[in-house]
Amino acid sequence: MRFRQAIVAALEDEMEADPSVMVMGEDIAVAGGPFKTSEGLLDKFGPNRVRDTPISEMAFTGAGVGAAIAGLRPVIEIMFMEFLGVALDQLVTGAAKMHYLSKGQLSVPLTVRASVGSGTGFGSQHSQTLENWVTATPGLTVVTMSTPQNAYGILRAAIQSPGPTMVLEPRNLYAVRGEVQRGAAGLVELGKAEVVRQGTAVTIVTMGQLRTSVLEAVEASGIDAEIIDLITLAPWDRTTVLDSVAKTHRLVVVEEAPESGGWGSEIVAAVTRELFSSLSAAPFRITTPNVPVPYSRALESRYLPQPDEIARQLTQYQSTGTVPAPWWVLEGLSK
Amino acid sequence: MTDTALSVSRSSVERRKVLADDATARLERMFEIRGFEERLNALFATGAIHGTTHLAMGQEALAVSLAAELRPTDLVTATYRGHAMALALGMSPRAVLAEIMGKSEGSTGGLGGSMHVSDDDIGLLPTFAIVGAGLPVAAGAALAFQYKGDDSVAVAVFGDGATNIGAFHESLNLAAIWKLPVVFLCDNNVYGEYSRINLTTPIEDLHLRAASYAMPAEVVDGMDVTATRAALARAIGRARTGGGPTLVEAKTYRFAGHSRADTAPYRPAGELEYWQERDPVKRAREELVAGGASADELARLESSVGAALDEVIEVVQALPDPVVTDMFNNIWTPTTRKADS
Ligand SMILES: Cc1ncc(C[n+]2csc(CCOP(=O)(O)OP(=O)(O)O)c2C)c(N)n1
Ligand SMILES: [Mg+2]
Repeated sequence: MRFRQAIVAALEDEMEADPSVMVMGEDIAVAGGPFKTSEGLLDKFGPNRVRDTPISEMAFTGAGVGAAIAGLRPVIEIMFMEFLGVALDQLVTGAAKMHYLSKGQLSVPLTVRASVGSGTGFGSQHSQTLENWVTATPGLTVVTMSTPQNAYGILRAAIQSPGPTMVLEPRNLYAVRGEVQRGAAGLVELGKAEVVRQGTAVTIVTMGQLRTSVLEAVEASGIDAEIIDLITLAPWDRTTVLDSVAKTHRLVVVEEAPESGGWGSEIVAAVTRELFSSLSAAPFRITTPNVPVPYSRALESRYLPQPDEIARQLTQYQSTGTVPAPWWVLEGLSK
Repeated sequence: MTDTALSVSRSSVERRKVLADDATARLERMFEIRGFEERLNALFATGAIHGTTHLAMGQEALAVSLAAELRPTDLVTATYRGHAMALALGMSPRAVLAEIMGKSEGSTGGLGGSMHVSDDDIGLLPTFAIVGAGLPVAAGAALAFQYKGDDSVAVAVFGDGATNIGAFHESLNLAAIWKLPVVFLCDNNVYGEYSRINLTTPIEDLHLRAASYAMPAEVVDGMDVTATRAALARAIGRARTGGGPTLVEAKTYRFAGHSRADTAPYRPAGELEYWQERDPVKRAREELVAGGASADELARLESSVGAALDEVIEVVQALPDPVVTDMFNNIWTPTTRKADS
């Protein structure tokens, strides 16, 4: 099935399993969702559980918080991550603090889904990943997905979680096809990374739509890399990453975000602190340049680290032990 | 190409000026907008353009009326459904299309795309892709005009759906208590994305929302240039002379789907046809003919506008794409060299 159908399947299976699960968002009911990630749910579960909302992100995200506290398991759809900007308070300052401020009495089983990322020609206000809007908030779980299977599994896990969870869905993957095992066996554990490829030469940590590019780059370069797909970004799986780097002695993070302030800095910092003396080269990150996502097709394709760029940097890192310069430095375009 | 209003040699300010006193020029601009959007729709369908687009067919009268009433020194915030506004306010089809096609000659050098056309010469800020985001910014520009004792006016153009977002209510309230020289222009085209207004909003007469901010309101047939101009003239005049903000609701209709993939299957039967009867281009044409203009001449004008647009498309398709270094342009940092001023 397609990635977006795996999301529908996860919603459907959770709604079947738990009558308190309900979904809300703009054009998600009658129209089946702007990206068809809730297709068929209205027919199956009716308008009480599948609700179209006005263009009022603050109201329906906040309503999700309140409804979650009062016994429902709402799943909120934010069409593009950017639209969370007008509702961020309800999630980051509201939902994520309830448990803390109630001496652990309140729980907020809320799931907020948002589509993220570049590659679809939507321009600078509809293509960001913006993980850093939500990763610096203790109390909020943040997950992402990269295959139809882990999309299904992690979304179900998010809905089942007793706490608030932000789910980042790479929009560019919605049409991708893959096998999906439904049911308990298809679940993905929150907080657990997936080792996509085992290897001994270098650890590569990535997630989202770049997983495929990393795999391609590793195959092309012939490097025996261990590839870890984080899936849960906050709190991320330190054990899996640290164990891997303890074995490979090298770390590269490949991420879809501007170099400054990206989530990969956190991984590099933790690995450096914990494993500094056993590292055989400086850990580094392959990122996008520090620019907004450009619209022009010619530039948007360049913005995201491409497999050949990843392979070039990996190859240099492995053969010299030095940190390679990104393409924009090599080409003298930016620092 | 002859030196029609479509020509790149006409500045956007000049293209604006011709609209104020010339009904034929206004109709010509409406032909241009309609023809532009129709051709764009076809271009998207062939895959010549990536991303998305939001067409404003049916909303030409409102755009042209606003352009006819505003000065180029006034400021406008508009939305992703912005091509009609941009063309009416004065941008050339070439500049708008080049941006939509991601060409380096586009208004943001192809970095913004369909949702972010802009022209500083005519006070059109890069159009806003976040629903409601233009309203507080227009209020802020109005604050600056008031502060400086300048008689300029800011106009926020937004849709019916945007009146359900916090920014609408906060901005109206702020503008009301500070008596800001701003016009809130709601283009009520009946739909927000795939949802008809009655499904998301308890009232369809959105100008009523002004009452809770003790703000004057206008409601007008937005398919009618004459009526729309009159209402906008009152609102803009009030703002210019210290009378504070006005909420103007223009009743229009979105003839196209929400965005490129949408065929609008959700429309009630007969609704589109009802509004097509009120087609603003048709009405403006009929009004001119009733006033003595030659129908044949108007038809010739329409086809010459169409031919000019076809030429623009050919020219723009052949323009160069931006080069990779362009993605590093215009990103403000504290060390960015100050632009010469
Ligand atoms: C805050 C926010 N939420 C949702 C969207 C997605 N969106 C884009 S246009 C649109 C409909 C807006 O309807 P309306 O205000 O009536 O304007 P129209 O498109 O009809 O011109 C929606 C929901 C957005 N861009 N920003
Ligand atoms: Mg609308």
